[in-house]
Amino acid sequence: MLELKNISKTFYPGTVNERVALNDVSLTLNDGDFVTIIGGNGAGKSTLLNMVSGTLPVDDGQVIIDGVDITNYPEYKRAKFLGRVFQDPMTGTAASMGIDENLALALRRGKTRGLGWGITKKERADFVAKLAEFGLGLESRITAKVGLLSGGQRQVLTLLMATLKEPKLLLLDEHTAALDPKTAKLVLEATDKIVKKNNLTTMMITHNMNDAIAYGNRLIMMMDGKIIYDVRGEEKKNLTVPDLLAKFGKGFANDRMMLSGNE
Amino acid sequence: MDFLISMYNSLPGVAAEGLFYGIFALGVYITYKILDVADLTVDASIVTGCAVTVICIKYGIHPLAAVFIAFLAGMIAGALTGFFHTVLKIPAILAGILSQFSLYTINMIIMGLQTHLEKNVSNKALIPMSPTAYASVSDFPLIVSSRDKTSAMIVGLIFVVAIIALLYWFFGTEFGCSLRATGANPKMARAQGINTNFTTVFGLMFSNGFVALAGGLLAQFTGGSNITFGAGAIVIGLASVVIGEVLHNAIFKKGSNFAVKLVFVVLGSVIYSLIKRFVINVGLDTNFLKLISAVIVAAFLSAPNFKKNKAPKKKKEVKTDA
Repeated sequence: MLELKNISKTFYPGTVNERVALNDVSLTLNDGDFVTIIGGNGAGKSTLLNMVSGTLPVDDGQVIIDGVDITNYPEYKRAKFLGRVFQDPMTGTAASMGIDENLALALRRGKTRGLGWGITKKERADFVAKLAEFGLGLESRITAKVGLLSGGQRQVLTLLMATLKEPKLLLLDEHTAALDPKTAKLVLEATDKIVKKNNLTTMMITHNMNDAIAYGNRLIMMMDGKIIYDVRGEEKKNLTVPDLLAKFGKGFANDRMMLSGNE
Repeated sequence: MDFLISMYNSLPGVAAEGLFYGIFALGVYITYKILDVADLTVDASIVTGCAVTVICIKYGIHPLAAVFIAFLAGMIAGALTGFFHTVLKIPAILAGILSQFSLYTINMIIMGLQTHLEKNVSNKALIPMSPTAYASVSDFPLIVSSRDKTSAMIVGLIFVVAIIALLYWFFGTEFGCSLRATGANPKMARAQGINTNFTTVFGLMFSNGFVALAGGLLAQFTGGSNITFGAGAIVIGLASVVIGEVLHNAIFKKGSNFAVKLVFVVLGSVIYSLIKRFVINVGLDTNFLKLISAVIVAAFLSAPNFKKNKAPKKKKEVKTDA
């Protein structure tokens, strides 16, 4: 499904601030893989996702989705293949537009936008039904401006937008990090449900080691721009937080990860 | 009493001018409010509209067709800013200033074309490069003219209604929605597959098209095209937009339809023209108008911020009392 071949990325090359974010990273995801990605600050997790989404260009290497080499595609063109949810709940939605309008925009991802109506009555009815599944009450205020919603509600909406047109690959960049623990859990469970229901290939960055172990069928750990641990299936299921810490020392984990690991 | 009578008599002219500037303000609204770009190109593209209309009319083109040609010319002006901004990656404000600057020369050249008509083809100095460059159309048949202010007002109204209907439809389409998304959150827009460079360029073209169209109508109304005409026009546009918005929010507290918002932009422009006429009738030098305009815009732009700052202060007082 996704193939990353020898991806490298260096920020501020040739200056004192030079920092290698990704160092010759290769990774292959199979259809339906749900990969959780953990690692300390500056390990290269977000950069890896940005390489896939096209937010930043690669220095070296290839990005291939579903057999299509998208390395030179601009961000908007790659959107056809991708569903994305960001860390900041403000990023994924347009605050000054209605819930329905945001969803309608997402429904047209990967299509040419012409002079047909931006949203139809039938679509709006579909959105109401889809939103009702989350039980957040969003279905009764479908035309409300998204700016009026809470962070958690916006994140659920972004998640729905990202998966409304089944993406080849779902990218979740610490999408629960800015939420309170209760809302984070809700959003995470909604994520898991959607991913399982549609059998979506997913990459999820998290700083929570428990979540990284509990969700998905594969776990990747990154450090200093490299993938240092890649585990799946039964072996992953039987992982524990102490296992991870014992294996890699506490060096790789920042305080935030440690705290969340002790929950 | 005399003052009131003269105010009353000037109303049709004020309304006509306000409606033409209202079309200009709608153009500004597209960039400033929808695309979230303060586009300074308008100061020059309005003159491009004037100049193109005047020259077209002088070459015998129908005055109605002339304003549509002006619309196309304005779109080209907007494309220039869009090119600076999206391809050359120059910040929007600077991109606008740059194309404003280059358009000054181009407007001179367009207006210089009239020298051809005056049989001075052998003259090498085709371009009247002087700050007082002026091209007149007062001897030609026009669709609007200050000679008949009431019919100018009606024509203005027809244009405004048609343009608001067009904008209302357009921003409801898939493509129009992608423009709105670009202005609201470009990052999200790209994540949803919208080519934000393209939508930005198109928005700038669309906006400057209406600005130039307004210029074309104003040129006919005032009888000619003047190179200095557009200086500071952006402030008039912004004044109309903010006056309209403040008024709109005062009346429709729960928000309203997009078309109503657009109507209020034009209303803001008419009010601005009324204020301008008032200043002139009071006997103040029109040169004061720019200062007054700036004060009006600053006041309307800052008013909502002051409200925001005040609210938490009050809360604090309550807390300390308790």
